[in-house]
Amino acid sequence: MWLLTGPFTSSDTPFVVQVEAFSGPLDLLLHLIREQEIEITDIPIANIASQFLATIHDLGLNEAADYLEMAAQLLRIKIQMLLPRPFDEEGWEDPRAELVRRLLEYEQIREVADWLAQQASQHGNRFARGWVPDPPPPTPAPLLISLEDLLLAVERAVEAMPEPVLHRVVPRPLDVEGATSRIRGLLADREELTLLDVIGSDTSIVGVLSSLLALLELARVGALRLAQQQPFGSVTIRRETAHAAA
Amino acid sequence: MKPLTQLLEAALFAAAHPLTTAELSRLAPEASTDDILSGMADLRTHYAEGGHAVEIVEVAEGFQIVTRRQFAQAVADAQLVRRPRKLSRAALETLAVIVYRQPTSRAEIEEIRGVSVEGVLRALQERELVEVVGRADGLGRPLLYGTTPLFLELIGLRSRDELPRLEEFSVALRPLGEQSGSIES
Repeated sequence: MWLLTGPFTSSDTPFVVQVEAFSGPLDLLLHLIREQEIEITDIPIANIASQFLATIHDLGLNEAADYLEMAAQLLRIKIQMLLPRPFDEEGWEDPRAELVRRLLEYEQIREVADWLAQQASQHGNRFARGWVPDPPPPTPAPLLISLEDLLLAVERAVEAMPEPVLHRVVPRPLDVEGATSRIRGLLADREELTLLDVIGSDTSIVGVLSSLLALLELARVGALRLAQQQPFGSVTIRRETAHAAA
Repeated sequence: MKPLTQLLEAALFAAAHPLTTAELSRLAPEASTDDILSGMADLRTHYAEGGHAVEIVEVAEGFQIVTRRQFAQAVADAQLVRRPRKLSRAALETLAVIVYRQPTSRAEIEEIRGVSVEGVLRALQERELVEVVGRADGLGRPLLYGTTPLFLELIGLRSRDELPRLEEFSVALRPLGEQSGSIES
């Protein structure tokens, strides 16, 4: 608060005012002006500025923010007032003019505020229905119910439940290993087989799939050779002699 | 009382806010606005002459049944109803600027009051005394604020036309020869 050093110390002025009582810097200024019965168009700026600064001296920084701008403005006006005026007063603009305009404007607002308060308190003496805000929704009443009602309710709820649809899940694992050893057995006997020989009597999906996967696996490792002469023709399965031992 | 007058009384009694003639017309579609107004006059006379503790007032563009002033103290002392919460000085000054300058921006209010009004504006909006009425065309398109019907109800005015002219607020400090209102935009 460097502004408050130098000549602007609280001991300079006899004025003790509570700044909390003011609704802003303009309010405080008007108070100071009225207190001393100063003519508003001829404010002794130097005087008022130091009183203003002394008053806001005790403010915390947050509350002071609104007041500091005004303090700076007062100091600027004070300096402008010290500048020499031109000889003809015509060309001189009172640096206080803008401040005076704002003070008058604010004074008017203050009076409007007073009037509003008075109106509100007068009308507040006439109670209308529904002035009080709606009460919060009441908490639900405690459950009052007989045992019989409760059991009936449970019964109804149970009846309303849809019948669950159950599926029986049967494990049918692919038996690739079994098929592999069966095919190896067949190939040990005969050099050449057809697909139907491999599938044999087990024509279930799982059986066919197991055989197919076993054939492909055996072909991959080079234990046999698959051949089909034409599309959709019969598949011949021939033992791969080079790797027969594998 | 005529049936229409009774209907009006029932509606005013049941409603939680002042009812406009348009709202009251919904009670009896065949009734004209004049019928409504004459029914309302009957009701007013009825309350005035029958020794009733309530009366009809016109606030916020509508009609409302309220208790007569002389009973306020007793009713409030008995804590049967709560008076509306008093507005702070900051709130009153902010409302004063808004009601005469609306639609107006936060910057304009702050310029006149010389303080930040963010908090008080929010509180007034929460109390539904002030609402956003639009946006200005200028830089940043700032929000513009105006007063609500609830505000008129609070100060007991029928409409904003009933506000005193700004010039009527005598400015004790205003120097002689400057009689026009000092608020001019």
